[in-house]
Amino acid sequence: MARTVWDSSVGKKTVMAVSGLVMLAYLVVHMLGNLKIFFGSDEFNGYAHWLRTLGEPFLHHEWALWIVRVVLVVAVVAHAVSAYQLSRRDIRARPSKYVHKRARASYATRTMRWGGIILGLFIVWHILDLTTGTVHADGFQAGHPYQNVVDTFSTWYGNVIYIVAMLALGLHVQHGFWSAAQTLGVGSRARDRALKTVANVLALVLTLGFVSVPVAVMTGVVS
Amino acid sequence: MKLTLRVWRQKNADADGAMSTYEVDGISPDMSFLEMLDTLNEELILKGEDPVAFDHDCREGICGACSLVINGDAHGPERTTTCQLHMRSFEDGDTIDVEPWRAAAFPVVKDLVVDRSAFDRIIQAGGYITAPTGAAPEAHSTPVPKPDADFAFEHAECIGCGACVAACPNGAAMLFTSAKINHLNVLPQGAPERETRVLDMVAQMDEEGFGGCTLTGECATACPKGIPLMSITGMNKEWLRATRKAGKR
Ligand code: HEM
Ligand code: SF4
Ligand code: FES
Repeated sequence: MARTVWDSSVGKKTVMAVSGLVMLAYLVVHMLGNLKIFFGSDEFNGYAHWLRTLGEPFLHHEWALWIVRVVLVVAVVAHAVSAYQLSRRDIRARPSKYVHKRARASYATRTMRWGGIILGLFIVWHILDLTTGTVHADGFQAGHPYQNVVDTFSTWYGNVIYIVAMLALGLHVQHGFWSAAQTLGVGSRARDRALKTVANVLALVLTLGFVSVPVAVMTGVVS
Repeated sequence: MKLTLRVWRQKNADADGAMSTYEVDGISPDMSFLEMLDTLNEELILKGEDPVAFDHDCREGICGACSLVINGDAHGPERTTTCQLHMRSFEDGDTIDVEPWRAAAFPVVKDLVVDRSAFDRIIQAGGYITAPTGAAPEAHSTPVPKPDADFAFEHAECIGCGACVAACPNGAAMLFTSAKINHLNVLPQGAPERETRVLDMVAQMDEEGFGGCTLTGECATACPKGIPLMSITGMNKEWLRATRKAGKR
């Protein structure tokens, strides 16, 4: 059955929808967690520490975090590989363009591929910046995420990369959430308005929630 | 009406094509788009030139043979077939671009004619029902609930023209394939092949080199018969159901 799914364009799109929704669910939780930065460094760092002790004593220290990380890596890889393979198929299926050009489809729809590439690059930069500290601005301190976040958003490029990526995320989710419902066969005429509303709300709340952090650092609300 | 036409001319499948410019005069707004092309072809023949090849048959919007991309829109600016498009949709003095359907699975045969036999092979893969032939059966022997009959009828309207493929930026045949699957899968007559139909037709669609759906909705906007985009959602649902069932066996 796994073979049938992966070999079919409809099946591969299902993989994309499911992995996209897994990432989306994570991002909602991640965004809510980030908002704790508005309650000061103790609460934010304490939250980060709690994430590592989550599930104890049933789970060993940091195991819950590692389980989430593994699920996310699988989702990102599955999503990106199926996006790449489906896009190649789509481009091959339409080798010659029309001479007479006209505007097609909405902005969010047309930017899924470029937006996806921006998000993919962002994910790599984001991990190297705030998880491993490899490309961090100055003096990355493991266990002190509050200070690390303030450092990142004290650089102009940190703010630009982050805000551009979050705008791309909003567009991606706006088209992606509704698309995933169609791919999984749960869309219908009766539900269409509701699905589109949820997609818009999710896109807006995620983007605003994530962007509020660099804006707060830039304006000195968080320092 | 006097018009400037820019038409895709291509000698055969292997030749390179290009847009050629023609002037036509004396066009009545009541002519159909195809009658306008007939006028052009009569002039070309009188001049000893090769007439423009284009597909057509019924000229009443039911056979699905006509197929032109007019100013970038499959079947032109109105929501109808090219044969039912009238010249009153254009202005005197307009320049009109006429191109063939574009998709890897629909190679150009000549000028504006493309080979759509990929659609026939998708139908052969499962777009039929198993039924005894002979006299028509008594209509009341197989009751069909009204909502199901309406749903089937809406999808049965597809005439297989391929405008959905021509309009899709991915050259996908999802709208055509889903119309056929939904039409038959909802009816009791289509029930014996419900699972194999969707699995085999989708596999054939992939095999023919059509692209996939990215939910841009261009197909449903171009479709002269108003097959809804949600038809594709229904096909995905049937495909997932059939795949789950096949997995259990
Ligand atoms: C690795 C970076 C990513 C790449 C390369 C990527 C690429 C794509 C592409 C090409 C599509 C198909 C667009 C279309 O059908 O027009 C798509 C759909 C989607 N993406 Fe992403 N994306 C990425 C990250 C994300 C993230 C972080 C999320 C989480 C919110 C996400 C959620 C979705 C959803 C829900 C869909 C809809 C699936 C469907 O159409 O059934 N993607 N992505
Ligand atoms: S779905 Fe519409 S556009 Fe596509 S082949 Fe059928 S009638 Fe033509
Ligand atoms: S010629 Fe038959 S539908 Fe146009």
